[in-house]
Amino acid sequence: MPLPNSYLEYKHRKHGMDQHHYGWNPADRRDRIELSSGEKVHANIIVPLEFFPLNPPASPFKHPGAMKTPYPDLRHFTTRDYGNRVGVFRILEVLARNDVKATFAINAEIAKRYPPLIKAVKEAGHEIAAHGVSTAHIHYEDLSIEEEQAYISESRSIFPDAKTWMSPARNESTRTLELIKQAGFDICLDWEADSRPLKMNTEAGSVCAIPHYNELSDFKLLVDRSQSEKEWIYQIVEAANYQANLYEKEGASSFAFTVTPYVLGLPFRVQAIADAINSIKTINGVEFKTAQETFAAFNAITR
Amino acid sequence: MHSDPNLYDYWPYHGRPKIVWPDGKKLAFWIAPNIEYYEYMPPSNPLRQPWPRGNPDVVGYSQRTWGNTVGHWRLMDLFDKYNLRGSISLSIGLVDHHPEIIEAVAARKWEFFSHGIYNTRFSYEMDEAQEIAVLKDSIKTVQDATGERIRGYLAPALTHTEKTLDLIADHDFWYTCDLFQDDQPQPIKTKTGKLVSMPYSLEVNDVITYSVQGWSPERYTDLLIKHFDQLLKEGEKSGTVMCIPLHAYLVSQPHRLRCFEDALKHICAHQDDVWFTTGAEIADYFRENYWDQSIADIKSRGVATGGTGFAPA
Repeated sequence: MPLPNSYLEYKHRKHGMDQHHYGWNPADRRDRIELSSGEKVHANIIVPLEFFPLNPPASPFKHPGAMKTPYPDLRHFTTRDYGNRVGVFRILEVLARNDVKATFAINAEIAKRYPPLIKAVKEAGHEIAAHGVSTAHIHYEDLSIEEEQAYISESRSIFPDAKTWMSPARNESTRTLELIKQAGFDICLDWEADSRPLKMNTEAGSVCAIPHYNELSDFKLLVDRSQSEKEWIYQIVEAANYQANLYEKEGASSFAFTVTPYVLGLPFRVQAIADAINSIKTINGVEFKTAQETFAAFNAITR
Repeated sequence: MHSDPNLYDYWPYHGRPKIVWPDGKKLAFWIAPNIEYYEYMPPSNPLRQPWPRGNPDVVGYSQRTWGNTVGHWRLMDLFDKYNLRGSISLSIGLVDHHPEIIEAVAARKWEFFSHGIYNTRFSYEMDEAQEIAVLKDSIKTVQDATGERIRGYLAPALTHTEKTLDLIADHDFWYTCDLFQDDQPQPIKTKTGKLVSMPYSLEVNDVITYSVQGWSPERYTDLLIKHFDQLLKEGEKSGTVMCIPLHAYLVSQPHRLRCFEDALKHICAHQDDVWFTTGAEIADYFRENYWDQSIADIKSRGVATGGTGFAPA
């Protein structure tokens, strides 16, 4: 049986993108942008606070940090939980000591289970972003619109003031952006299509995508790819330096990267966070900002 | 199936009441060589194959033999040099296969705890009677060989059932090494007994660093030193625990052991601040001095959920 003829039909084959969220805007022919503050680069630290249940569903896929061995996988349940009870407090301490505000992307389930943790994050003055219900609630195309709305409203009811959204495992359906906009979110941390915050269009209005670099994910670099803390620091600092050096040519930019409590919050890794922050702070024009701060600064000049 | 094992309550790391180890020490350090026996032709388990390539796996099997024939003795010499006592995570079947190792370890007054009968016999799908048989076998076999009653447990190959921790608590074990949620001990919510979750520092286990992550000996030593320095610093506020879980078939390899010694040298240079001890001694001290204080503090945080492991309130 050959493939159906439709397999060789290309209905979106034309200049530009094959989806309507944003247009094609190549770097070589667009306006250079400058922030009113004169800042060259915004660095956004994203701290995910996630609940990994002992019995994760297999569909649409298992979250990369989910249980791996047969039930009950106490090993992975407790190593993930370590982040929420021990590792995150080391991260909060490093951020406070260095006077950096981060964006904590929090599962609704974490807020329900661990109120003292939410309180500590709030009191430290960090931004709280809604991060869906849990790692077992991944948004994907086969969900009904009602199911996906239910996930978003559960998250929204826990964090009524949040402006920023990040989907569990950064996975979306084609409806997710519109649904989060309807629920009052203006900023999204799932996409990384540009080096500057990107206006994404939906039927319900626009959402701003703050570039969030998957290739700088601490889970990916340090756990999946077994790189060293030194290599992680080098790459984070290099990204900041490189973007700052391109300021004259490309203008202001931003980059977000994760600092995951069960990865970088381990005793032997926590110093790496401080080392990366200190190196970045020496780069002229690079500032640590929350997602909302970056959105506000770039939105002021692009609208 | 449960989404949460409910084996312990949430306990934020900051603001905990202070733990001080004996003689004012800040960090309790224990080192846990796993002395394991992997079978040449193990039976299959419905949920996990003992050898990923199928039986027999001559490379995997003979590497474990090397660990017991050669590697263990080198590691024991190294511990002797630094005056360290090990807490042995023991495949109980090894008492019959290699009594010479048991005699040498017992002569040094090291501790034994149970790591199942063989590391190729998993807990998955065992019923309660079968799990109890493993525990009774463990207690009796070590008692007969050494006269000592074992107090710790690490499930074979980290395989569990919902009943495992209740059963070990009920058989008067003092501590479990199966949970990795913390760097301080914590009471476990079992139906009976007084079971402590003992930090076993899985992330610095040589199986994780060498076999899973594939790191170099230099990097392993570097991270052990960083791990130790951080936990010692935090131990000023409230006593922490660091364990180095080891496997002679990995760490004692000729290209690794000299480098590992550098980590021990660093750690052992901190005699004033560190309690060099065993799993059972930490568990005993915690149960006697900090059990009630810990439960009271957890309760005061307002997030205790009640119930016991796999039996929520």
